[in-house]
Amino acid sequence: MKRTVPLLITSAGGFVLIVAYFIPFTQNWGELAAIWFDILAAVAFILGGGNLLKTHLKRMSDRVRGWGYSGIVVVSFLVTLFVGLAKVGVNPSPQFTDFAWSGQYRQMGGAFWYLFQYAFTPLTATMFSLLAFYIASAAFRAFRAKNLEASLLLGTAFIILLGRTFAGVALTSWIDPAVWDGFAYFTGLRLENLTVYIMSVFNTAGNRAIMIGIALGIISTSLKILLGIDRFYLGKD
Amino acid sequence: MSSSSKGKGSTKPWIAAAVACAAFLVPALAAGQGPAPPSNLTASDHPWDNGTRIDLQWSPSADDASLLGYMVRRRTTTEDAFSVVEIVPAGTSAFTVSNLNREAGHLFQVTALGANNVESTPVATTAPVVPTMEWFDGTRLWFLFTLILLCGVVIAFIVLARRGKPLTLRRIAGLEAIDDAVGRATEMGRPCLFIPGILDMSDIQTIAGLTILSRVAKTAAEYDAKLEVPTSRSLVMTAARETMQTAYLAAGRPEAYNPDSIYYVTDEQFGYVAYVQGVMVREKPAACFYMGSFFAEALLLAETGNLVGAIQIAGTAQPAQLPFFVAACDYTLIGEEFFAASAYLSGEPDQLGSLKGQDVGKLLVAAGIILGVLGATVVALTGSTFIESLVNFFTGTMLT
Amino acid sequence: MIEFIVTQWWLVAIVIASLIPLAMRFVSGGLLETLRTLDRRWIFLLLLWSVLIPIYFIGVTGRTFPEVPSVLARATFDEIDRLSPGDSVLMAFDYDPASEGELGPMATAFVRHAAEKKLKMYFMTLWPIGPQMIDSTIAKVITADFPELAYGRDYVNLGYKSGYEAVIKVIVTNLRELYTTDSRGTGVQEIPMMEGITNIQQMKLIVNVSAGYPGTKEWVQYAVTPFPQVRLVAGATGVQAPLLYPYVPRQLPGLLGAIKGAAEYEKLVVDAYLGANPHPKYLEALRRMGPQLVAHLLIIALIVVANVVFVIDSRGKKR
Repeated sequence: MKRTVPLLITSAGGFVLIVAYFIPFTQNWGELAAIWFDILAAVAFILGGGNLLKTHLKRMSDRVRGWGYSGIVVVSFLVTLFVGLAKVGVNPSPQFTDFAWSGQYRQMGGAFWYLFQYAFTPLTATMFSLLAFYIASAAFRAFRAKNLEASLLLGTAFIILLGRTFAGVALTSWIDPAVWDGFAYFTGLRLENLTVYIMSVFNTAGNRAIMIGIALGIISTSLKILLGIDRFYLGKD
Repeated sequence: MSSSSKGKGSTKPWIAAAVACAAFLVPALAAGQGPAPPSNLTASDHPWDNGTRIDLQWSPSADDASLLGYMVRRRTTTEDAFSVVEIVPAGTSAFTVSNLNREAGHLFQVTALGANNVESTPVATTAPVVPTMEWFDGTRLWFLFTLILLCGVVIAFIVLARRGKPLTLRRIAGLEAIDDAVGRATEMGRPCLFIPGILDMSDIQTIAGLTILSRVAKTAAEYDAKLEVPTSRSLVMTAARETMQTAYLAAGRPEAYNPDSIYYVTDEQFGYVAYVQGVMVREKPAACFYMGSFFAEALLLAETGNLVGAIQIAGTAQPAQLPFFVAACDYTLIGEEFFAASAYLSGEPDQLGSLKGQDVGKLLVAAGIILGVLGATVVALTGSTFIESLVNFFTGTMLT
Repeated sequence: MIEFIVTQWWLVAIVIASLIPLAMRFVSGGLLETLRTLDRRWIFLLLLWSVLIPIYFIGVTGRTFPEVPSVLARATFDEIDRLSPGDSVLMAFDYDPASEGELGPMATAFVRHAAEKKLKMYFMTLWPIGPQMIDSTIAKVITADFPELAYGRDYVNLGYKSGYEAVIKVIVTNLRELYTTDSRGTGVQEIPMMEGITNIQQMKLIVNVSAGYPGTKEWVQYAVTPFPQVRLVAGATGVQAPLLYPYVPRQLPGLLGAIKGAAEYEKLVVDAYLGANPHPKYLEALRRMGPQLVAHLLIIALIVVANVVFVIDSRGKKR
C-alpha cells in the first residue's frame, strides 16, 4: 500500500496529462499542472530557506572549519530578506501616496535595488567571468592532439577562434575577387565564412543528432517512471 | 431647308466630342469597377479541432485568371467592421480561418482582388458560425501516431526482455567507473560530492540524476564513504533525501544515513556554484559526480574539481555544456547515455529492454531522416511534383 | 601603439614586473620543465592582461577593430528596419547580470534601433531578474536619449511572470490572461498602447535576448512553430547560439550569436543612425571585440605551446 499508492499517483497523473494533450477540452491541463508545480516550488522556498538557516547556524554553533563563511551566509540572507520585505528606502507609489509600502520593492534607489546593483550584479558577473580563465587553463591542460580526431578538433577550434575575431578577417582578407578573379570560387575559405559554415553545418548536424538521442532517452525514461519500472523514489523490493 | 442644314452642321462636333469622351472614360470606368466577385460563400466548423477553426468555401470569380488573389475578412457578431485575415492566391476556392474565439459567432466576407489592388463587391456569409470543439484535436493525429509507435517499440522490448530474450549492451566507461571512484574516495578518506544539476524536479534530467544518486549512495553506504549532496532546489533536496535514505536501507546501512549531508544552498545559479566551489576547495572531495542539468557553471565545477585532484564523472543532456564536461572531466555520459544510466546500473531486464527500444526508435528516426533527405534531393534534381507533394506532406503534416 | 606605450608606461611597467617571476622560472628551471609544471595561476594572469590591456587601450584611444557584419546580423537588422513607425514590437529580455557582458550591448542596440524607428516597444521577461535588466536598458537608452518617448504611449514594461514556457503558451493566444498589470502595478486597461492588444500574434516582431532557459528555443517552440506568422529575431550567448542554428532562417530569420554578433549588429545600427561619434554606450560590443581578439590569440598560443610540449614528451617516451 505504501508503495502502491505513490505508483498509482505517478502513473495516473502522467497518463492523464498525455491523453489530455490530444483532447481539446483538456489541453490546458498541462499548463495547469505546471502552475501547480510552480506553487509547490514557491512554497518549497520556505523549506529551503529554513534548511539553509538550520545548516549554517549549526555550523556556526559547532565552530566547524569555515564557520565564518556560514556567518556571512546567514547575515546576508537575513539582511536581504528584511530589506526586501520591509521595502527599506522605497518611496510610496505615486498612485497611493498615503501608503508607505505601496512602492515597488525593486524601485531604483531603494535598499534592495542597491544590494542588487552593487553586490549581486558584480558578484554574478564575476562568477561568470571566471569561465574565461577556466577555459584558458582547461585549454592548456586538456587540448592535446593525441590522435586524428583530437587533431581535427584542434584545427576546427583554431578556425573558430580566429574566425570570430578581426584576426580571422585580416588573415584571409586576401581571398578577394578584387585581387584575382579566381578567388571568387574560394571566398568560402575565408575564416569568417568557414566559421559560419562549420557552425551551421557540422556543428548543427552533431547537435541535432545528440538532441534526437536525448529526446528518445527522455521518452524512455518517462515511460519507465510512468509504468513503475523505475522506482528509485520508493526503494527496492 | 437652310435651318436644318445649319442644325446638322452644329451637332456633329458635339457627337464627336461625346464619342471621344466615351472612348477615354469607358476603359477608365471599367478599370475602376473591379473584377467579378466570387460567389456561393459557405462557412462551416472545421472538424476534429480544438474549436478555433472555420472552413470557408466559395466559387471562384469569373475573372479568376487575372486576379491577384482573394481577400478574406472576418468579424464576430459583436464587432462592427470586418478585419483582414489573409490574401489567398488566385485559383483558391477554400480556406481555413484559424485562431478564432470559440465562444463567438463569426461572419466572413471574401472579395476578389484585381490588378492595382481593386477589390470586387464582397460576398459574405449571412448566418454566424460558431466553431465547436471536438473530442479529438485532429492536428495532432500524426503526433499521436508517432508517439504510439515510439512508445510501443520501447514497451515491446521491455516485454521481450521480461520473457528472457538476452540483450547485449555496449560498455559505458563512465558508469563502470562509479564504483571505482567511490572506492578511491574511501581509501583516501575523503568525501564524495554529488551535484544533481541546477534545475528543479520538473526537469527530467534532475530525475535521471537522482536515479544515479540512488546507485552512488548505495555504493557509498556499502563502502562506508561520506557522500555530500548540496542541492540548488528545495524540492530536489527533499527527493534526494528520500532517495539516499532508501539506498542506505537497501545497502543494509540505515544507521549510516545522515540527512544533513543533503542540504539546500540557493536557487541562484552562480551563488550555488560559488558555494560548491568553496566546498570543493576546502573539503577536497576525492570523487565528484555531476549528474543533471547544467548551464554555465559546468566548466567552473569541472575545473575546480580538477584543481583539487578529484576523479570526475559527469552526465548531462544539455548539448551546450557537453564539450566542457568532455574537456575537463575524466568520464562524461553524453546525452542519452545519461538517461540510460539507471537501466545500465540496475541490470534489470525491464530496464535493459527499454534501452533496446530506445535504439530501435533511433533507427526509425534515422530511416525517416534518410527518406526525407533523399526525397528532397530528388525533388531538387528532377523537380518531380509528386515526390515534392510527398515530402511536403511528410514535413508539413506528419512532422508538425 | 608606440604613443600609447610611451604615455601609459606605468601600465607596461606593471605588466612586465608581474611577469618577471615567470621569466625567472623559465631561466632557472628550463623552458620545457616550467611549461610541464606551470601553475594555472600564471595562465590566469596572462589572460587578465590580455583582457585588461586591450580594454584600457580602447578606452584611452577610442579605436576599435573594424567589423564586417555577417549575413545573420544583417538579416536581424533588416527585420527591424523594415518595420514602420507605430508598429508593435515585443522585447523579451530573458537574461540576467551574469550574461550582461555578452547580451547587454545587444539589448541596448535593439532598443536604440526600435526607438529610432519609432516602434511601440512592449518589454517583458521570463527570468525573475529580467525586470532589472529591462529597467537599466530603458534608463540607458530611452530615458537618456529619447525623453520625448512617453511611458504607456511609446513603451511599456510588462515585467516578469513565472511559469517559464507556460507563459509563452498562454500569451501567444491570450496576453491579458496573465498580464493584468504592468510591472509598476498599473492596470493594462489604463495603458493607452495596450488598447486592442490581446495576444502577441498582434506584434509585428518579437525581439528576444536570451541567456539560457527559458529563452529563444522556447519562443521558437511555443510561439513561432504553432503560429508561423509570428516573426522572431534573437540575440543569444555564444554557448546557446549553435543550438539555435537549426531554426535559421525559417523560424528564426535573424540571430545574433555572442559578442561578435552584438558587435556586427551594433555597427549596422551605429552606421545607419548614430553617425560618426556615437556615445560610448552604443559601442560596447565593438569595444569588447578587442579583448576577445587578444584572449583568443592567447588561448591559441597556449594550445600550441602545450601540444609542442606534448609532442616532445611523447617522442622522448618512445625513445
